[in-house]
Amino acid sequence: MAATEQTIKQVNTLGNDDYKYGFSTEVDEIRPPKGLNEDIIKFISAQKEEPEWMLDWRLNAFKVFNKLPKPQWAKLNIPEIDYQDCYYYSIPKSLKDKPKSLDEIDPEIIKTYEKLGIPLKEQKMLSGIAVDAVFDSVSVATTYKKQLSDLGIVFCSISEAVKTHPDLVKKYLGSVIPVSDHSFAALNSAVFTDGSFIYIPEGVRCPVELSTYFRINAMNTGQFERTLIIADKNSYVSYLEGCTAPMRDENQLHAANVELVALDNAEIKYSTVQNWYPGDKEGKGGIYNFVTKRGACRGKNSKISWTQVETGSAITWKYPSCILQGDNSKGEFYSVAITNNMQQADTGTKMIHIGKNTSSKIISKGISAGKANNTYRGLVNILPKAKNARNFTQCDSLLVGNKCGAHTVPYIESSNSDSMVEHEATTSKINEDQLFYCQQRGLNSEDAVGLIVNGFCKEVLQHLPMEFAVEAQKLVAISLEGSVG
Amino acid sequence: MLEIKDLHVSIEDKKIIKGLNLSINKGEVHALMGPNGSGKSTLSYVLSGKDKYEIEDGKIEYNGKNLLDLDVDERANEGLFLAFQYPMEIPGVQTSFFLKTAINSKRKYLGQSEMDALEFAKLMKSKAEELNISTDMLKRDLNVNYSGGEKKKQEILQMSMLSPKMAILDETDSGLDIDALRIVSEGVNKLRNKENSFLVITHYQRLLNYIKPDFVHIIADGKIVKSGDYSLALELEEKGYEEISQSA
Repeated sequence: MAATEQTIKQVNTLGNDDYKYGFSTEVDEIRPPKGLNEDIIKFISAQKEEPEWMLDWRLNAFKVFNKLPKPQWAKLNIPEIDYQDCYYYSIPKSLKDKPKSLDEIDPEIIKTYEKLGIPLKEQKMLSGIAVDAVFDSVSVATTYKKQLSDLGIVFCSISEAVKTHPDLVKKYLGSVIPVSDHSFAALNSAVFTDGSFIYIPEGVRCPVELSTYFRINAMNTGQFERTLIIADKNSYVSYLEGCTAPMRDENQLHAANVELVALDNAEIKYSTVQNWYPGDKEGKGGIYNFVTKRGACRGKNSKISWTQVETGSAITWKYPSCILQGDNSKGEFYSVAITNNMQQADTGTKMIHIGKNTSSKIISKGISAGKANNTYRGLVNILPKAKNARNFTQCDSLLVGNKCGAHTVPYIESSNSDSMVEHEATTSKINEDQLFYCQQRGLNSEDAVGLIVNGFCKEVLQHLPMEFAVEAQKLVAISLEGSVG
Repeated sequence: MLEIKDLHVSIEDKKIIKGLNLSINKGEVHALMGPNGSGKSTLSYVLSGKDKYEIEDGKIEYNGKNLLDLDVDERANEGLFLAFQYPMEIPGVQTSFFLKTAINSKRKYLGQSEMDALEFAKLMKSKAEELNISTDMLKRDLNVNYSGGEKKKQEILQMSMLSPKMAILDETDSGLDIDALRIVSEGVNKLRNKENSFLVITHYQRLLNYIKPDFVHIIADGKIVKSGDYSLALELEEKGYEEISQSA
């Protein structure tokens, strides 16, 4: 669509710094004091006018959080995070009295999304993508609502769903990622601010791509996104997620939990283009992106497919996973992770095979440039009852320059002799003869790197919805700028 | 077009080219012949700007510019084209996309707008047909799983689409069967005109039966030892490199 083309074009014109999304928006914000405690959680819950069960759930999660140590398995250098030195809730003042229509939203915020190429005005919604936009802690607008509700599709902010669809939220929230999973998951459960909620009723194929755009604007603010997608029997949905943040010298925390549930014969396709601010060349600032994404293929013949393009963030810690419970269910993970300068990424997936004839496919492309470190970490776990399970894994790493690192850490646990697990891995350096060849055909060195790396990632990028693929290809090239020469 | 004066080149302290002089005018086709290790391919890399080659002495003037001041891509966009002896494979990049990117890089350099999709498709189709290249091949990844002959045809396709001022063909005939050799040569001959020049590097006289050069130069041990017209190639075929270089 034109809008995503515009995203790149528009942000490219926004100043000369390397990070093209680094502007901030001047809006008055309502914020409780810094710090993490029960009062803040009560404040968040009260701001959102949540029912008591939701507050209790949050408070319980906070108790769990206090008992859990920080996860340590990743090959990441994570500075000690002072949870008390962070704001947990930030809401532009003009959104306090919930806008009834887009006309009531602060024009400054609309402008921000226009700069990002995210059209929020209904009249611009001809592109076939319904957008829910999250600005700091609150959902700004959900477009296409009427058309979707005619089909029985629920697409709204999670805060709204807590009030309008409490039964679904109660049944599924935390059912894929238990509160006690690890400390970031517990933290998110305690203080989550907003995110998307999607319910696709039985037999419905969602006719448009559903999309959320996340943006961290306020200083020192954590964004705790919570997304829950439920695809009922025989349904289909494709969901896209994009993220940016302004440039700030201090680190900002983003700890998201995303849960997907696919029932019998249902399919969920979840695509992410993550371009949070990565910090400057010396590694100052940037987003800490600690994300837990997990999908449960509960029903038989169900399918969950994750596609991610991770180019941003100072630290990325993320393992979108599939629990293949239903017989014949399928899990897929397609990933491009690019780290440049001082960025660190430890990302991969877990495929847990429980049901019979379950299959999974993992294609991971890691690109490392500058002084960055990039790790693929994955688990394929085949449980005893998963008769005839299949997995195919391919992990390719590409190094640009000689100061970066690529690491591949695959775990395979198979408790079943009928299963078949294949693993292929390659590591290569960007080939200077290829670069020379492209340059001899008139491409400058950056375009040449962009072209070769995009070719390297093609297997993954082609799984993105068309409009996103174009944006992603350009992002791939942009994020490697300055890596050769 | 191209004026090489007293060129000395080394790689990793090893001298490869030792005082080479060559002058190529507009509209001329020059053949450069020589045994293995004589410096033929080195010359093509130096002209196109590959790094790791140390220019110790000498001057290269190209269209009134100091060629050695230009980056690899600037040389290319100024109309200097190298048909590679070993074209590179670029996995995941469709051949047609690569062609389009190359054409538009040049147009951008020259301050022109991008070629529109339809115009490009027409151009590619007609040029590919001339070279007997199937449209199916253009959809495949660039040079990946191409046969030796297909790769060379692909180089000539790129050349004809970019219509260079100065084309260097580095052993384009190696690995070609007789049919492919004829097709490739015809492709080159079609491009010949009064405005452009060719430097054809080869081991064998065979290619020159198809691409008739105006001048033939014999290179040995890093310099040109003998120059002449087409008959020199025939003489070379008869006597061999050793005798010719010694009699020079």
